[in-house]
Amino acid sequence: MLLLFVLVLIVPALLSWPLGFAMTRLIDPAKESGYGRWTAGILRKTGGEAVVEEQEWKRYLISMMIFNVAMFAFAAIVLALQQWLPLNPDKTGPLETSLIFNTVASFVTNTNLQHYSGEAAMSYFSQVFGLMWLQFVSAATGIAVLAALARALGGKKTVGNFYSDLLRTTFFVLLPLALFVALLLVAGGVPMTMEGAAIAHTLEHATQTIARGPVAAMEAIKQLGTNGGGWFGPNSAHPFENPSFFTNILECICIVLIPMATVWMFGRITGRMRDAVVIFSVMMALLVLKAGAAVWLESAPAAALSSLPVEVVSNLEGKELRFGSGAGALWAAVTTATSNGSVNCMHDSLNPLTGLVPLVGMWLNVVFGGVGVGLINMFVFIIVGVFICGMMVGRTPEYFGRKVETPEMTLALLTLLVHPALILGGTALFAATPLGAATVGNPGAHGFTEILYEFSSSAANNGSGFAGLGNSSIPWNIATGIVMLLARYIPIILPLAIAGSLAAKKPVPVTAGTFRTDTLLFGIIILGSVVFISALLFLPVAVLGPVADHLTAIIH
Amino acid sequence: MKTTLSFGDITRQLAVSLRLLPITVVICSGLYTVIILLAGQVVPYSSSGSLIRSEKGEVVGSDLIGQQFKQPKYFWPRPSAVSWNAASAGASNISPASLAMRQKTEKLLPPFALKKGEKIPADLVTASGSGLDPHISFAAARFQVPRVAQARGLSIDQVMAVINSPGSGKSSIPLLNESVINVLQLNRSLDRLQK
Repeated sequence: MLLLFVLVLIVPALLSWPLGFAMTRLIDPAKESGYGRWTAGILRKTGGEAVVEEQEWKRYLISMMIFNVAMFAFAAIVLALQQWLPLNPDKTGPLETSLIFNTVASFVTNTNLQHYSGEAAMSYFSQVFGLMWLQFVSAATGIAVLAALARALGGKKTVGNFYSDLLRTTFFVLLPLALFVALLLVAGGVPMTMEGAAIAHTLEHATQTIARGPVAAMEAIKQLGTNGGGWFGPNSAHPFENPSFFTNILECICIVLIPMATVWMFGRITGRMRDAVVIFSVMMALLVLKAGAAVWLESAPAAALSSLPVEVVSNLEGKELRFGSGAGALWAAVTTATSNGSVNCMHDSLNPLTGLVPLVGMWLNVVFGGVGVGLINMFVFIIVGVFICGMMVGRTPEYFGRKVETPEMTLALLTLLVHPALILGGTALFAATPLGAATVGNPGAHGFTEILYEFSSSAANNGSGFAGLGNSSIPWNIATGIVMLLARYIPIILPLAIAGSLAAKKPVPVTAGTFRTDTLLFGIIILGSVVFISALLFLPVAVLGPVADHLTAIIH
Repeated sequence: MKTTLSFGDITRQLAVSLRLLPITVVICSGLYTVIILLAGQVVPYSSSGSLIRSEKGEVVGSDLIGQQFKQPKYFWPRPSAVSWNAASAGASNISPASLAMRQKTEKLLPPFALKKGEKIPADLVTASGSGLDPHISFAAARFQVPRVAQARGLSIDQVMAVINSPGSGKSSIPLLNESVINVLQLNRSLDRLQK
């Protein structure tokens, strides 16, 4: 078990260092470097000066929004027309309109919440040209915006060019990595075929229709880009998405690899590696804590089986045997620390207290988080941490040599409040009305947790779910669709505005009185701001949901 | 560097986006997928779904996908919340601390005809995550040996020998002291033995 821990948490941490270095060189190359000039040349040829010119932060954001609107439109068209488009060997029919809205919003925002079951509802064309494509460009959007934020904090007046960042990230970072991982997955037994479902005549003379597809291609970018939307309904619990112990380890490493590497990229672009080390350590501490808690809590047997003539082992409901015990809980912690949201066991069937661990991950949403955006969320907590320290010593707070004043703090607090407002507001509305109350799959506190989880997952752009919830209704599709969009773009726009506003200020000279943000002390302070702010916001619902569920569990 | 934003500016940006978008689609969805499809041709068996065929060439299932067995002469798989429907996989999503879980389990017990004081391995009464788990634990296989042996007119030792023979689906999980058994492979081995 300890070795499994090391494999899944320490290996990606080690790999993230060289990857972070490579990502910096590939996404933010020196203008005069050979690679920089070569790519700029290609970019200029494909899109003209607008694709390479330096943008200040507002213009960068406008380019980002316009490209994301285009992403939304293209994917919506692909999904809406799937019954007439090619590559549909299983003759999959049309999709309901609110489901199209929800699904496209979900994949554009890097959430990958799925109110459908891929093998039953989506054609191969929709999966490959709609959803898998969005898994590349939505991840690239997140990483691009982080690069822009880092440039602004590094003191630049212009923050790069969105299109350059997007294309360099997509083609030179995500594509080669995905290709490499996909080839390993093919070698590991993941199907990669354009043939339709296979019909089997089983040993007991029944007929079994076995859905397949080009699964390996989607699987790789799904894991790498903190996407999480799988080819099949049960995601990485499905034997075709995740056939063995080895593919499970590989996929689990891929979940955290790029989110970890973005921290080093941030450090290199800002030129403040010591700060990056502090941020990385805080995130790593929270991740190890979460993973340990999940594995320990899930090693308890299913409470409902006590005193039945069943051997007492760790809870196996909703789990697959080939990954080994502990693998489900470990994945659950990692996938919700980052905003990946893929699963290899069913979170709805986790022990009640284990179910709290993924919820906490999504409430914090800064433990490496989504590619790019996780660190942007952390930046907001850092600003708050800096501010609190400034207040305590009675000095104007500073970050990276710039004064943090009222406008920045207003924006930081607004950003912080969006996340809980969407989760708690949405949960309140749906738990108190038949909109949500009539759709739960389990009664009582567990049903409340299903609703809470759905909104937490949408607001964290995570995408995992307590899948017992009947979330394919029109109200669920619309509500979570809107939550995903707001929770994606507000926490990108406002922090970049903060960084832009900081960059416009005169740098303050560093003196002996300057509060340093690259120390262990400051690490403890941001850890504290993350934990205490989130605890104040979410403890009441944690008690109403998973804790009450645990306390009222039937034990005979 | 411009800071003002006009209508013309937005349409120009939109035009840029619309020119770049198809390039990303062609490369990320087209080229990328084709390369991996071609690579998959190197391992045609697993890239097309690890399908297992009978001697007549008929597909009998997939090595990776569980299928239903309910006859006494076969080893039974873990319960499936979707009746082993491999075109729409899924789980029970029942809370493991709920009354529903207990009732579901109680309904699963009778076919196993437990003797007094006997306990059943937990994987045989808990639904898997995909509903298609191809494996059972080694304990779950050993537990079913008496029934299978009786139904086939074999001795317990003979059936145990099949379980432990190579090529009958047994594999151990690295790092963890656990082993699992592929139910379809095991049952095919038994059928081959008694042809």
